[in-house]
This record gives sequence, structure tokens and C-alpha cells, in this order.
Amino acid sequence: MRFRIEKRNEKSKKMQILIPLYSLLISAILGGFVLILSNANPIDTYIAIFKGAFGSDTKIQYTLVKMIPLLMCGLAVGIAFRLRFWNIGAEGQYVMGVIGITWVMQFWTWLPGVLLLPVGLLMAIIFGGFWGGIPGALKAQWRVDETLTTLMMNYIAIGIAEFLYISAWKAPKNNMGTVTFPEIAWIDRFWGKVHYGIFIVLILVVVLYYILYKTRWGFELNMIGKNSEAARCQGVSIKRNIIIAMIVSGGIAGLAGGIDSAAVTHSLTKGVNSGYGFTGIIVAWMSGLNPFISIIVALFLAALHTGSDALQITMRLPSAMGEVLQGLILLPLLAGSIFIDHRIIFTRAKRDK
Amino acid sequence: MNTFELITKLLAATLAMGTGLTYATLGEVFAEKSGILNLGLEGTMLIGALSGFAMAFHTGSLVLGIIFAMFAGGFFSLMHAFLTITLRSNQVVTGLAITMFGTGLANFLGKRVGPVSNNLNLVGVNLSSKFENIQIPALHKIPIIGAFFDVSILTYLLYLLLPLSWFFMYKTKYGLTLRSVGEAPRTAAAMGINVNKTRYFYTVIGGFFAGVGGAALSLSFIPSWNDSMTGGIGWIAIALVIFSAWNPGRVAIGTLIFGGITSLQFFLQASGFKMVIPVQFLAIAPYFITILTLIFMTIRSLNRQGSFASPSALGTPFAIDEK
Amino acid sequence: MEKTLVVEMKNITKRFPGVLANENVNLQLHKGEVLALLGENGAGKSTLMNMLVGLYRPNEGEIYVKGKYVTITSPQDSMALGIGMIHQEFMLVGNLTVGENIILGLKDLPIVPDISEINKKIIELSEKYELQVDPTRLVETLTVGEQQRVEILKLLYRGADILILDEPTAVLTPKESKELNKILKKMLAEGKSAIFITHKMIEVLEFSETLMVLRKGKCVGIKPTATIKELSEIANLMVGRPVLFDLTKGPFKPGKVRVELKNVCVNSKTHSRKTLDDITFNIREGEIFGIAGVAGNGQQPLSEVITGLLKSNSGSILIDGVDYTNKTPLQIINSGVSHIPADRGRMGIVGDMNVGENLSMKKYRTIELSNHHMINKSKVREFASRLIEKFVIKTPNQFTSAKFLSGGNIQKTILAREINSCKGVLIAVYPSRGLDVGAIESVRENIIAQRDKGTAILLVSEELDELRTVCDTIAVMFEGRIMDIMDSKNASTEKIGLLMAGVERSSK
Repeated sequence: MRFRIEKRNEKSKKMQILIPLYSLLISAILGGFVLILSNANPIDTYIAIFKGAFGSDTKIQYTLVKMIPLLMCGLAVGIAFRLRFWNIGAEGQYVMGVIGITWVMQFWTWLPGVLLLPVGLLMAIIFGGFWGGIPGALKAQWRVDETLTTLMMNYIAIGIAEFLYISAWKAPKNNMGTVTFPEIAWIDRFWGKVHYGIFIVLILVVVLYYILYKTRWGFELNMIGKNSEAARCQGVSIKRNIIIAMIVSGGIAGLAGGIDSAAVTHSLTKGVNSGYGFTGIIVAWMSGLNPFISIIVALFLAALHTGSDALQITMRLPSAMGEVLQGLILLPLLAGSIFIDHRIIFTRAKRDK
Repeated sequence: MNTFELITKLLAATLAMGTGLTYATLGEVFAEKSGILNLGLEGTMLIGALSGFAMAFHTGSLVLGIIFAMFAGGFFSLMHAFLTITLRSNQVVTGLAITMFGTGLANFLGKRVGPVSNNLNLVGVNLSSKFENIQIPALHKIPIIGAFFDVSILTYLLYLLLPLSWFFMYKTKYGLTLRSVGEAPRTAAAMGINVNKTRYFYTVIGGFFAGVGGAALSLSFIPSWNDSMTGGIGWIAIALVIFSAWNPGRVAIGTLIFGGITSLQFFLQASGFKMVIPVQFLAIAPYFITILTLIFMTIRSLNRQGSFASPSALGTPFAIDEK
Repeated sequence: MEKTLVVEMKNITKRFPGVLANENVNLQLHKGEVLALLGENGAGKSTLMNMLVGLYRPNEGEIYVKGKYVTITSPQDSMALGIGMIHQEFMLVGNLTVGENIILGLKDLPIVPDISEINKKIIELSEKYELQVDPTRLVETLTVGEQQRVEILKLLYRGADILILDEPTAVLTPKESKELNKILKKMLAEGKSAIFITHKMIEVLEFSETLMVLRKGKCVGIKPTATIKELSEIANLMVGRPVLFDLTKGPFKPGKVRVELKNVCVNSKTHSRKTLDDITFNIREGEIFGIAGVAGNGQQPLSEVITGLLKSNSGSILIDGVDYTNKTPLQIINSGVSHIPADRGRMGIVGDMNVGENLSMKKYRTIELSNHHMINKSKVREFASRLIEKFVIKTPNQFTSAKFLSGGNIQKTILAREINSCKGVLIAVYPSRGLDVGAIESVRENIIAQRDKGTAILLVSEELDELRTVCDTIAVMFEGRIMDIMDSKNASTEKIGLLMAGVERSSK
């Protein structure tokens, strides 16, 4: 018995809901196997993860704090993906954002204190936008494959950051890392560890939703992503839009870096490449590019992360379990995604064309 | 220490560190030549490193370690192949997911498959043996070039594998099939070649190599196992594949350059030598060079002639083909 | 000449969903002869040949090769029978050498093929048939003519003795065409046979012994080439008698010139022959200017150069007297030009967006449908409903994805959008292609209505009856040039058919 894969006439709505659910189930089962093999009780572990993420006020706060930059990177990547531009450089754009705000915090201290933060965040956006614009321009002008350029630029940015926090901008007292940002420029917290950045990102969700679904530009981005040839016939400039979208995408990722450093780390130091950029790709992909769904996905992944961090203490399990589970959710999702657009046909004999 | 000795030491370090890198790069060259981009390389290498180390620890045999690592890597790449070829999933996201999964799994298991005496942790465990350098008499004493004759068996194997791979790709009929599949899959299919089967095969081969490459890291030097010990070498490998223009013959040169730059980094850091160029810029150099190479190759291929069945736009074999 | 039959196709019928591609076709090919298969686009020539090479299977009928009944299920099957085809788009791998391309996929190759032996054999073959080619060169460095020779060698190397060539001279210069002819004659002398798909009259006369004309899937005539006295008889066979639609058209009262093309040239990236060669003509207000010709002779590039989608290398394009040469598509749209593109699925609609959105793609930038940067969804809804009703677009509602509409309704959507936003100039390319009778009528009525309102219209079409009834003026394109421009009143089918096939007017 052979099988053939055939394109569906329309995206299966049933599958769009079932696939994520099936994937969760499969990943829970597979993860359970891994846990059993290493002498841990799956049910207890999963409960421990949930408690680790939401078990107490403090834990919820941690989860939310992690969600903020993650959601932002997901939104950033989502914009590029809408154009079918594979921006996997959000990590580097994030790092450039941190570099940007650090520059202001460290060297623009002649500014009145109240301006430090807004200017710093603006610089974070500019730096990130620049970093995103370069691969965009390369693609628009010379058709250079963006998957590879954005990937490489990540490591260039991380290298630059390392140079800065180890030598050029290193605070004299520290082993590594820049001076701490002036306190007046920090983003304040309002509930335990949760800071005002959460409002920025939620506003961004609404703004992006508005732009992508209601404005002319959003309409054009949609057209380009779904049929760039037809978009060109309608006068939409593909080149210009790729570059602009990538500047915005990089800018938002940069802003994520700016916010997280102004609110949490208060400096540029080792660990600045925290993985938000890469995980953001997953957020964008899993949320089908819908900004509101991104909130749920980002919250889920952040919870998975903080929940598994706690595993070390509560279950004496390595926190790497979180990444294992994340991968295990993704893989079935990827496997199942084909069924949204295609169906399997089993045939008995070789059929005529 | 005079200059000759310095350069020889640098070369030796490059060869040692470059071994793992070269295996992974060579494997990825095969995979990408067939048309599959495997960004799961970093995770696969780490799985190889863990598998090799764990097996070597529990059985006392380095050879078994390498073999196990090879199959572990192959298995991971098989997953990637299944998802991207049969189920036609997005190659970029799938690769990243495999890296994430592989990294997490390796780090997790690394703390659960060790000796009971160390709390099941493999970190900090010592092996009784490692891949020692084998010195070829007389030859290894030659200044500078002598470094090539004072390496581990894994590296000597590469001296064989690299030219063999080149020969395979450009002189055999299998290599011909491989090159056509990545460049013009529709044409290859029209000539009776099974494109999917070919891609599966070479993606898994890539995994074998990546697994061995990872084990080369954990079973040489000290040897040891540490969280995320591959340290991003998988990403350098991806850059190196591009820099080598997907040609096994050039991988050797590329490794020497990229590996040399990386070794130079460590040298400078260790010796406290203050250079005009900061050490981190050396770390960035490979990626920067790669982007320039990519731009150059792309622009060159834009001026192509011909009326072909499938326009290969980039000179890079990424035809995510509907077949 | 021997008269043995090498290929016989009996009563072949091939159906595709909604289309009868071949109906009861009988074909005979004799040893040592070249059979020319003549017909317009969509006549069924390629489909018929694809069945000989195993890409399709006939629904009815039988195929006999060298006297034996055969079933051909794949290109490998047909190759085993000695049949090979050279498609319009070459099946070559650019970054491999000529020799490597020729042996690609061969079953009984040794693991390490002896390239020098193979190259020697290739050189022998190439000298035998005067197909000069260097086996060590990379295919991507060859000219198109040389690449075609590689394709031929590929077939000969595998022992093909029945060659099918699909529009082989479409990519060649006159000199290269002559060389191809010589090569073919050499092969025939060796006992090989060939089928030649073409729409060019000259080639038929020069290359073939027998010619067979297909029209709308049926065979309408078979003649020995030598017996053809009047080219017009062939032309008539090819394009048929016009079926006149009953259309009411206002009197032809052209106004001022709206679109002017002067000596426009477009070079080809892949061929030495220009894509557009010295194009000059005007379109006036209230005039439907038709472009006739077999598709592939420059018609689509012409429409793209006017709408800004293709860059011209020389010459000028004026709209209302203003120079719009090489301006962006948006600038041209803003100057009042509407475009019904050639490929409706790929260029005309965004299939994954809904009907309402597709209808609004011309005016979403204007106040009519948006306020500042925001699209006013309720205005769009109302706009879409109006257009759907006015143009009778059959769709469950305006929120259905455009890709689910039938071809005719997709075309109506495009028409609705373009006509509604038209400010005086309309470029329509193959607007009736693939539509049923009702849809075709509706398209033509709309175009004529626009013309009666004073719009200047360029209509590119393959349907002669459409051109003769709808257009006021007709220009015929062949190999990137305009062969002639005439009033539609004076345009007989014969005349147009000859021009379409490349026969120059004796007095020009």
C-alpha cells in the first residue's frame, strides 16, 4: 500500500486546532519516557514545572518577566516571517539593542536623568533596526539568502558585545561587564519583579495587530508574503518593503534587549545572548504570526523555562529538561503542520496520472 | 620560544580543535549539497559528544564511543530528514528545533547517565584513556609541517576522508547524482533519480559525521564532558560550509583558516598578549568572512546564462522542492 | 526513402479536468522523416507528444512504436524504446559539465566513470552529426544554441532514434536555426526520425517532409510539405474560420493619442535574439488595439514594459505625452493605466486573500477606501459588494478566498477591479484565456463598453475571432517584432495567420 500527499483545497481549521493539542500530548508522553529513563516520575515532574512557573506570586512574576522579551522577539520575527523573510537574526538584533542602550547609559550621562531611559530605548531600536536592515538590504538588492546572513550576524553581534563587556567598556571594578546603568534610568517595577516593560510589550501587541491587520502597509506586507508577484503588479515595492520590514523587525528585537537590560540586568555583561532571539523564532512560528496568539505562546514557553529552572531544587533534575520538552513540543508540531495544508491518500495500486 | 616553534604550536592547536569542526563541516557539505539545510548541527554534535563520552566511560572503549556517537548523530539527522523531506516541514525551524532538543537532551542526560559515585553526573568524570596523539617518526620533527604528523587518529582519518570525499563527489557516479539533486532536482528526477531517497541518505551521512565530530571534542584534550561543551562550533561549521563553497576539497583550507583564527584567539588570551586587534574580533572574523563570501558568490551567480528547468538562483543547493 | 512506420498513434484522446486536450488524433511518423506538428497554443501538440515520452497516459487510443504495441509510463520507458524529447525549457544542470549532464542518471555506469572515454565518445558523436560541443565545459557557460546541442547529444548518446523537438527554434538565432537544420538532415540520413513542434511556417517548409496541423485538440490536416502551394491554406487550417460573436460595438471614433511606443527594445538575458525589437505604435482614445501572435513572441514582455514590470533597454514609452519609460509600476498605475495580467493566478490575484481584499487592491491607497493610513473595512465591504453585483462575480461571499473561485470568476474579479479603477488606459493580456463561453462574452462586453467610453485599450489575444470582432486595429507580433499593423476591417484570418507564422508581407 502506497501513500501520496496531496494539497488540500483550503487550510483545515480542524487540524489547526488539533495539531497543537496532539503535539502537546505527544510531547508529554515522549518527555515522560525520557524522565522515566532517568528515574524521575513524569507526573510529579510536570506538576513541579507548573508549580515552578505559577506556584507562587514570586514565581508568576519571574515567568512574566521572562515572557516580556520573549514575546517581543516573537513579534519582531513575526513581522519578517509575514513577508516570508526568514529572519533568524533576532538574537543578534537583541544584543545590538543592548549595546545601543548601554552606549547611552554609559556615555550620554550629560543628558538630564529623565531623558536617559527614553533616549536609551530609542538607541536600542536604532541599533537593532540597523542590524536587521543590513540583511534586508542584501536580500532586496542582490538576493543574498537571508537565512544565512541573519544567522551569521548573530555571532558577529555577540562577538562585538563580548569585546565591549570584556575590554572596551568594562567597568574597572568588575571582572567583566559594564558599569551598572544609573538608577534613575531603570525601568521600575510595580509588582514584585514585574516591571513596566510589560505594558510596552502589550501595547506593542495591539499596535502591531492594528498595523498588520488594519493599515495599508500591513495589507501590502500581507500581499507580498502571500503572492509577491501579484503585489508587484499592483505597484507594491518589494525591495523597499523588505528593507523597511527588516528595520522594524530588528528594531523591535533591539527594543526587547533595551527593555530587558534597563529593567533586569542593568548592564551589558556575559549572558546578554540569552536565547530570547532564537526562542522568539519558535514563538512566531507557533503563533501563526498572530500577535495576540503570540502572547499565549510566549507565556507558555516562558512558563516552561522558569518551571524547569526550579526542577533542580524541587526534583533534583537538571533544568535542561525544559529545553528537552520545548524541543519535544516543537517536533510533533512541525511533523503535524503538513496536515494543515495537505492530506494523505492511501492508494492500493499505481494510479494513472 | 622562537617563531617557528610558535607557529608549529599554533598549527598543532588548530589541527586539534579543527578536527571536530572538520567532521561536522564535511557532513553538512554532503547534506546541503543534496539540498537540505540542517541547522540542527550544533545540537547533533553535542549529542555526539555526550554519546561518545558516556559510551567510552561505561565500556572503557574509545572505539565503541565513537561508533555510538556516530549512530546517535545519524539518528538525530534522520529525524531532521524525516520531518523536512517526507513531511515537508520548514527546514529552518526544524533545524533550530533539533538543535534546541539535542542541546537540552544532551545537557539533561549528561547529568543522569554518569556514575552513581558522582550523583549520576558525567560532569567532572575522568576517562581512563583518550585519543592520544600518534607521532610519525622523523616526520613529526620537521618545523611547522611536523605538526601534521603529530595528531590523533581521528585527525589522520580526516587526511584520508577529505580527499576521498572530494573524489567521491566529483569523480564517481554517486557524486554526480548528489550534485544534480541539490542543483536541479526536477532535472534529476526527470533523469530517473530518486531525489528524496538521495536527500535522506546524505542528510543521515551528515549526522554520522556530526556525531563523530562531537565525540572528537569530548574524547580528545582532557577528555571530559561539560554542559554545552561544543560551544557554538556547530554554527562555525555552517559558516565554514558556505566558505568552502560546498566543496570538500576546500573544507581543509577553510578549517585551517577558521580553526587557525579560533586557536589564535585562545593563544592570545592565554599568553596575555595585547594585540592591536582585540581577541573578540578574531572570533567574529569567520562569520564576517563568510557573509562576504556569500555576497560575492550570490552576485556572481546572478549573471547566469541559460534556459533551465529550475533556475538555481544562489549557487547554494537549497531547493525545497515539491517532489 | 523507406516508408516504414516508426511511430503510430491511433485514435488518441486525452482529457484533463474541464478540457479535452486531444480528440481522436491519428499520427504517423515514418523512418527517416521529419514530421512537423503545427498549431497554435493550446492546440494539443505538447500534450500529444508528452504521451509519447511517458509524461501522460492517453485516456483512449493506442501507441505503436516500430510496429509493436506499447504502453509508455515514464521517460525511462520511452528512452528504452528509442524516443527522446527536447523540451522548450532544457533539462540540464548548470553547474555540471556537458559530459556529466549527458551521463546523468544512466543505469549501467561504472562507479568511477572513465570521463576521458566518455568525452571521446561524445566528441565522436558530435563530429558525426556536426554538433560542435566541448564536453568539458560547464553547461551554464554555453550559449543557448550550444545547450540545445547538448540536449540533442544526450538523446543520441542514449541511443535515441526518434527525436521530438518542442519549438526548438524559439531560442535560436537564424544562423543557429540553419545549423540545427543541417544537424537534423544528418540524423535523418542515418535512419533517425524526428517530430518537430512549431508554429512557424518557414520552419515547416525548411525542416519537414510532412506536416500535421492540430487545432483545438483535433487533427485538421496532414500534407506532404512539398505539395503546399499556398501558405494561406495552412494558415487557415491552423487558425480556423472565425466564429463571430454577436457583439454590438459603437462606431470607431478614435480620439487623441494616449499611449505611444517608440523604438522600444528589450534585450534577452538568455538569448541573442531580442525579446522586443524596435516596437513602435500608438493607441488612441476609444480604440481597442489588438496584438496578435502565437504566445511567446514577445506579447507578455510588451505588456510588462508598458506597465513598468519590465525594463526596456532603449526606446521610449509616452503616456498622454509624458515620458514614462522605465518608471515604477506604481507611477504608471497612478498615471491611469489599468492592467489585466497574462497569468491571473500568479499575477492577477493573491489567492490566499479574500475576494473583497483582492477587489480593493487598486484603490486601497485612495480616500475611497481608506482614511490616512488605515483601511476602512466597512467602505471596502460596501465597495466589494457593489462590484460583485455589478460584474456578476459568483462567490459564496466576499470573504471567500479568491483561489477557490472558478477561473472565469477570478478573471471577473480582476476585470472588476481594473475597470473600476481605470482612468483612460487599459492593458488586457489574454483576458479570455481558459474561460467558458459565458465568461468570455462578459469579458469582451466589458472591454467594448470601456472603449465606447473613450478608454485606450491594448488587447493581447491568441483568439483570432476575438481580435477581429473586438479590436479596431490589429498588430501581429513574431519573434519580438511587429510584423504589420492593420485596420481590423482589412484583417483577414489568412493575412493574420501568415504574419503569425512569420511570413513577411511581400511589400513592406
